[in-house]
Order: sequence, then C-alpha cells, then structure tokens
Amino acid sequence: MLEPRILKTLISIVGKEQVATEPADLLCYSYDATQQSFLPEVVVHPATAAEIAAIIKLANAELIPVFPRGAGSGFSGGSLPTKGGIVLTTERMDRILQIDEENLIAVVEPGVVTEQFQLAVEKVGLFYPPDPASLKFSTLGGNVAECAGGPRCVKYGVTKDYILGLEVITPTGDIITTGGPTMKGVVGYDLTKLLCGSEGTLGIISKIVIKLLPLPEAKKTMLVMFDSIDGAAQAVSAIIRHKIIPTTLEFMDGRTIDCVRQATGLDVPLAARALLIIEVDGDRDLLDKQAAKIAEIIRPLGVVETRIATTPAESEALWQIRRSVSASLRKVNPDKFNEDICVPRSKLPEMIRKIDVIAEKFSIPIVNFGHAGDGNIHVNIMIDKKVPGELEKAHHAIEEVFKGALDLGGTMSGEHGVGIAKAPYIPLEITPQAALYMKTLKKSLDPNNILNPGKIFLD
Amino acid sequence: MAKLKDLEDYQEEINQCVKCGACRAHCPVFAAEKREGRVARGKVALCQALLTGEVKAEGKVLEDLSQCLLCGSCEAQCPNKVPTDEIVAAARRRIVEERGLTTVGAAVAALLSRPRLMNLAAKTSGALSNLLFKKIPAQSGLHLRFPAPYLEGGRTLPPLTAKPFRERVPEVIPGDPDRPTVAFFTGCGINYMYPEIGEALLKVLKFIGVTVIIPKDQVCCGLPAVSAGAGATVEALAAENLRALSRTPVDQIVTACASCSAGLGKIHPQMGEEYAAQGKKCIDIFVFLVQQGLAEKLAALPKAAQRTKVTWHDPCHLRTRGITKEPRQILASLPQVDFVEMAGAASCCGLGGTYSVYHYQHSKKIGARKAVNIKESGAELVATDCPGCIMQLQDSINHLGEQARAVHLLELVVAALPAE
Ligand SMILES: Cc1cc2nc3c(=O)[nH]c(=O)nc-3n(C[C@H](O)[C@H](O)[C@H](O)COP(=O)(O)OP(=O)(O)OC[C@H]3O[C@@H](n4cnc5c(N)ncnc54)[C@H](O)[C@@H]3O)c2cc1C
Ligand code: SF4
Ligand code: SF4
Repeated sequence: MLEPRILKTLISIVGKEQVATEPADLLCYSYDATQQSFLPEVVVHPATAAEIAAIIKLANAELIPVFPRGAGSGFSGGSLPTKGGIVLTTERMDRILQIDEENLIAVVEPGVVTEQFQLAVEKVGLFYPPDPASLKFSTLGGNVAECAGGPRCVKYGVTKDYILGLEVITPTGDIITTGGPTMKGVVGYDLTKLLCGSEGTLGIISKIVIKLLPLPEAKKTMLVMFDSIDGAAQAVSAIIRHKIIPTTLEFMDGRTIDCVRQATGLDVPLAARALLIIEVDGDRDLLDKQAAKIAEIIRPLGVVETRIATTPAESEALWQIRRSVSASLRKVNPDKFNEDICVPRSKLPEMIRKIDVIAEKFSIPIVNFGHAGDGNIHVNIMIDKKVPGELEKAHHAIEEVFKGALDLGGTMSGEHGVGIAKAPYIPLEITPQAALYMKTLKKSLDPNNILNPGKIFLD
Repeated sequence: MAKLKDLEDYQEEINQCVKCGACRAHCPVFAAEKREGRVARGKVALCQALLTGEVKAEGKVLEDLSQCLLCGSCEAQCPNKVPTDEIVAAARRRIVEERGLTTVGAAVAALLSRPRLMNLAAKTSGALSNLLFKKIPAQSGLHLRFPAPYLEGGRTLPPLTAKPFRERVPEVIPGDPDRPTVAFFTGCGINYMYPEIGEALLKVLKFIGVTVIIPKDQVCCGLPAVSAGAGATVEALAAENLRALSRTPVDQIVTACASCSAGLGKIHPQMGEEYAAQGKKCIDIFVFLVQQGLAEKLAALPKAAQRTKVTWHDPCHLRTRGITKEPRQILASLPQVDFVEMAGAASCCGLGGTYSVYHYQHSKKIGARKAVNIKESGAELVATDCPGCIMQLQDSINHLGEQARAVHLLELVVAALPAE
C-alpha cells in the first residue's frame, strides 16, 4: 500500500475515480496471459499524456516503479507489476484521432483495440495489415511495445513496419515526439524503431502515427495437406521462388493435426502429416489464377489433398481449423508452454526435426504450428504441472529448443517478447557486449529504474 | 431438496480460464465500461479469490460481481468455454448465503415465491400501472418483479395486465388427436405483462393442431432469482415447476421466453436427473414450429405486395445455446415481412435479470448501442423471443427518440396465418 500522501497526489492528477486501491482492483490488474500474478499497490487510469507525465514525475520523486499495461494479453509478462508499485493502464485512451485518406496515415491513442482500428480504416477502403491472433482484444499500444506480428507478416511485415511516429512519455516524465506523419525522415536517431518492441521499458506511448495501405480487393484461401513437414516447407520456398508472395502461409505439424482431429473430429486424412493454409490477396480476377498456379507448383511435393475455398464461408471454415488449435491442445494436456521461436524460412524442417528429437529425449509431447512463411514456429510443450518432475523437464526442453533455434541462426522470440518469461534465457541470444549497450541505454534514460523494471533483463 | 451447484463445484471450470483476455472483445458490460473487474476474466479471478479467501465478499468485489448480465456472451467465444455466467451466479448465491439478500433481492425472492401475491399486484395495478409505478415506493414487490424499480432515469414500461394470462385460458386446449401434446410454460413476462404473446402462441399451435396444456400451478422459472443470487428461491421454484409440469404427461414443454427456456433447459438441470430429463423436453417455440414444418407452410403463402421491414434480435439465452437459425427461418418465411439482418443482432440488450435494477444507467448504455443498430438497419419492427428483451429494446428505442417497435415474433406469425 502506498502512503496516503502519494495516493492523494495521484488523485489530484487523474481524479478519484481513476485511482483504484481496493483488493478487487489490485487483483484484476495483477495478471496477464502468462497466468502469473503479482499484486500492484495501486492501479491508475490516466486519460492524457500530461497526466501520464505527471504520474511518472511523481514516481521518480518517490521511487515507485510504474508498469504500463494495455489489454494484459501479453504472453511474456511484460505488463506484470512484479515489484508492486503502479499499474498504469491505457484503457481510457481509446480514441482514433484521425484517419487521413489523402496521406494514408492515421493517428490513434494507445488503448485502441487493434481490430476496432482495422475495421475503422477498412470502412474507408484502407488497410492496417498487422494481425496478431489477439487482435480482437489487444491494444495498439501493446502491439507497438511488443512489435506484434501475425500470419500476414510474410507479405506485409510486422507492427514496426507501419509505425511512422510516436508521442512518448520518457522514463523521467518528459513528453517527446519521434518521427512524424511523413514516409521519409532521417533527422536524428530513429527512436520510433527503438521504441517499437521496447516492452514499456523506455517510454510510455501516448499517441501513435500509423501508415496505412489501400485495402486489397479480395482474398482467396486454400488448405493443402502434405505427407511430410519437408513437403510443406519446400512448398513455401517453391511458392516464393515463383515470385508469388502469399498473404499468409500458416502451417500445422503432424502432432498438431492429431490433436485437432482428436478434439474436434477434424476431417483430415491420416496420411496428412503437415498442413498449410495459404491465402493470397489482390485484384479479384488475378486470384483464381494465382491459386491454380500455387496448386501446380506444389503438386510434386507430396500433396495429399488440396481444398480451395470458393466462398467466404468456405474460407472461414478453413481458418476455423487453425483457430481450433489452441483449445484442442489443452484437451490433450492441461498445461502448456507456448514458445514462439523464429528461424530462417529454409531451416523450418530442420528445426521441427530438432524439436521432435527434444520431445523424444524428455518424453513430453511437443506440438508445432505457426507461420511457415516467416519461419516463426509456435512450439507448444505440453505437460501436466501436477505430475512431479514435468515442470523441470519442460524447462530443460525449452532451453534446448532455444539453443536449437539459435544454432540455426534464429531467435528465441519472434512475436511475444522477453518480459519476464524469457529474461533468464537472454544470455543465450544476446552477447554481453550487446547486453551492456542495451542496459547502458536503459540506465541513462531511466536513471531511477522506474519504468517496467526487471523486464527483458533481470535486475 | 435438490440443490443448485455451489461455487466450489466450479473449481474445475475456474481453472480452465487461461487469462487470455479474449472475453474483453465480447462482454457487453466491459464494452460499456472498460475496467478489468467488469470482464469475464476479472470476475472469474475474483471468484477464484473468493474461494481461496484472498478477497472478501465486500466493496468492489460485490460491485464487480453484480456487474454481469449472465448473458453467456463470453463463454460462447472463450477458447476454453469457461461458463462465467454460471460461476458468477454461484458466487452470488454464496454471497447471499453469507450476507443475506439486499433489500431489492429479498423483495424479488419473496414475491417470486408467492404467485398469489403477484396476481394481486398485477390486478390492482392494471391500467393504472403507469401512474402507480411513479408512486409506489421503490422497495415494493411490484417494481421488483419485472425486474427494476424503474423510477430511476425515466424508464418507459408496458402496463401490467389486469387479468394474468393463465387466468384467461382453460388448462387444456385440445387439438388433433394424432398431433403432439405440449405443455406451455408461460413465464411471468407473458403471464403478467404481455398476455397477447401467450394468446398468439395458442393460435399458432391451434393452427397446426397441437394439444396444449397450461398448468395453472406453474410458477416463475426463477431466473431473476438466479441473477439476484437467491439460491433457495430458485430451488423452491424449480421443484414446484417440476411438480406442475409432470402432472400430465406431455411430449414436449414449449416456451416463448428465452429466459424461461434457459431456466428450464440450463439452470434447473444442475439440480439432478429428474430436472435434467425435464430440461431435455423443454423446447423453444420456434424450434418446435420449424420441426413441425411451419416454416415451409408459411413460405408457401403468396407474398404480400406491401411488406414490413423487420429485423431480429438474438436473446442471449437462446443465442448462447445455439438457437439462432430457427427464429430467422420463421421470420424470413413470413409473407408480410422483409427480413433484414442488423449489425450486432447477437449482442445483449442489456437487461440481464436484476442487472438493470442495480445498474439502470449502465444497462441503458448497453441498450443504446442496440437501438442505434436497429435504426441503422432501417427496420420498422424488431422481433425477438423474450418479453424481457422486448421491454428493454422498446425502452432503448424510446430513449433514442425513434419510432420502431419491439414485438414478439409470434405476433407476426399469427398475423400471417390464413383466416379460418
Ligand atoms: C490468444 C492470444 C494470441 C496471441 N497472438 C499473438 C500473435 O499472433 N502475435 C503476437 O505478436 N502476439 C500475440 N499475442 C500476445 C499479445 O497479444 C501481444 O503481445 C499484444 O501486443 C499485447 O498487447 P496488450 O495490449 O495486451 O499489451 P499488454 O499485455 O498489456 O502489455 C504488453 C507490453 O506492452 C507494454 N505496454 C502496453 N501499453 C503500452 C504503452 N502505451 N506504452 C508503452 N508500453 C506499453 C507493457 O508494459 C508490456 O510490456 C497473443 C496473446 C494471446 C492471449
Ligand atoms: S474467461 Fe475464457 S476468454 Fe476470458 S480470459 Fe478466461 S479463458 Fe480467456
Ligand atoms: S456473462 Fe455476459 S456480462 Fe457476464 S461476464 Fe460474460 S459476457 Fe460479460
């Protein structure tokens, strides 16, 4: 519990209604999608950059840690108040400030929910491509802070590719802007890119300038089953080699297919040991041709069956298979660790084989699915925490998976960030010199270690 | 006596919540006020903390747990199908056991368990009810039953009927001997507020030759009591209904109220096998009519030259149990109707049992979105299948200053039937 004096100052900044200290409030802002829980001492709901700046100044004066939070859908614990202090939520900052059809840009507050923004720009024929699976509930502020990505990354890139500028409250409480509403800009360091993926440790984002694209006219979805993961991986390379860049190239490995079949009665032949969901977008009259061409390119690669959707409903049914994965996995084992390693696209089959060996070694089921187009694999380590020893096994397996990915020139996390979940593994990927560079940056910007302390790097 | 499940019995379901946050996209209460305590994830976390003793049933915990429409929208979209509505209802029962009912909740429970008092309340109000509603003190049972002390905030309400529906009709209405026999579970909304819906139902069933039994001694389904956390009342009402409905053997039990259908079909079955068997017999009127082939019959009628634009509102208690196709099928088959789908047809109207008693302003906010969607659809009528929704929809439309009317789909079906 913070001193009444400090609470009073907080109330004078944001108003009584926006400072919450009851047990129920603290509990409800103690967790995120990692399912870990740390109680804050107070939850504040500011509405403006000026309010945030005043809160940060107070926090510096009183040495209270501040934990920025969007929707709390993070998978790495970035928003968790691991040291008590203040949870600062952006829930009230949820306005779309501008959609500029002339310049194809938009300006939003950080609490806008990703899908709400996408729908708003699509209404005027524009397009915001980043599509994390959590888009119906995650916030744009959280997306920028984690540099979220999704299936459409293959063709359209990730969140940072669409961020032109930011308004940010620095860890010491100044309000600055980075970048701006122009497509080019080389004056000074590129702080916009630095802040993308900074996980709330270098500043609190209060405004986001976003680049938009024209909305593609149509899309076409197809589902292809292969007799091996190698076939699926070769298909990905073959398609791209033929100068077709699909919007999405999602894969599921054999074990994932088994899980979904077991849980939902999915109608997929037993011979299918890998599956790709391929979507292309663009001008309507080109799409049929493209789909046909893809089918032809991949035919020699061990295709078991191809299904091409001809209506939106059929396309929806194909995507439903992908969406049912998470729930299906839980049916097989109660607890899972969901890692999101990323390897160069061509190394995907090799990585899957490594993971199979690791699963064998620790005798725990590991199922893989994810974004084949960009080599991002969701590695799901399935255990039952109640069984003694399983948890330790899982941790060892995770470490080996990370090492395996790094050996292939990959990374531990393609999307979910480090937070606290991956902080212990940082030395595997980042050299001491590079870590020092980052820590020096953090230390000089945040001398009192106020903003999201203990994230990315363990203190 | 048979009992509903305790909060402890939901431990397994509570554990299923993986805190993903997906419910933030689907909870109508959260949409109206973005606070984590308002969303399913927060409420489930609070229920868990109640079980471990980490929080006590006081202050904001009570407020947050009262902020739930029990609409099931979250469960429908939850990857792990966490039944937050049932968990919150169980938590409310536990809180009531510990702390007793609030004034409002106590009055609801007292009134619900005494049908004669309700009949009396209905009779004495009659046509004067509008006036009475303004004068009757807030704790009077009359206000509580349907289920708001509507004095606050300018709620517009239908008058109570002078003669309850079940007193107007005989207990048995014979049809063709070779057609099925059904019991009609009327529910309070139809019995006391909208008898014309009950009459419409009888006309439609007569048209297809079905024998109808309307047990006089049936009572409230108990949903308002579920919402208030009055567990003992729910259990007593369920037992009484079981007795009343099993007196005469019937093929099925039809309802024309989404809440009653959820009461008999989803809540009571928690209480044991007999109740579960009864729940299986319970069928929504439009599902029944589609099974009986009425949609085809209606579709075969010549289309009217002048048609009315009508849209459909999905009551939560039907939608979350997968009943969305059949009413649309019937609606689209009507010769005098042009069916238009509105945006957000599936979102809650905002009534939510006793929710609007305690949270009329919030409830209004949720309803306002709905009213805008109705307006934008261009429909003159919004049809649905629940007296509670009709009341709330009409109130929301009135507040927006629009002309559209909320009706029960049965009334439109009756209008389409060929004259005898
Ligand atoms: C079911 C599910 C599916 C998911 N799928 C994907 C996916 O496909 N791709 C993907 O990339 N991620 C995915 N995620 C992870 C998560 O949704 C993303 O990381 C998302 O960007 C988090 O947004 P949020 O609003 O929930 O942020 P939070 O979880 O609240 O916070 C995340 C981080 O951002 C910081 N932060 C939040 N707002 C601000 C701000 N205004 N300024 C500064 N820092 C801030 C927080 O401090 C924290 O470090 C998924 C999560 C779930 C539960
Ligand atoms: S209730 Fe369901 S949707 Fe909501 S957080 Fe829990 S698991 Fe996710
Ligand atoms: S039952 Fe309805 S109101 Fe209650 S938490 Fe779920 S979606 Fe929200």
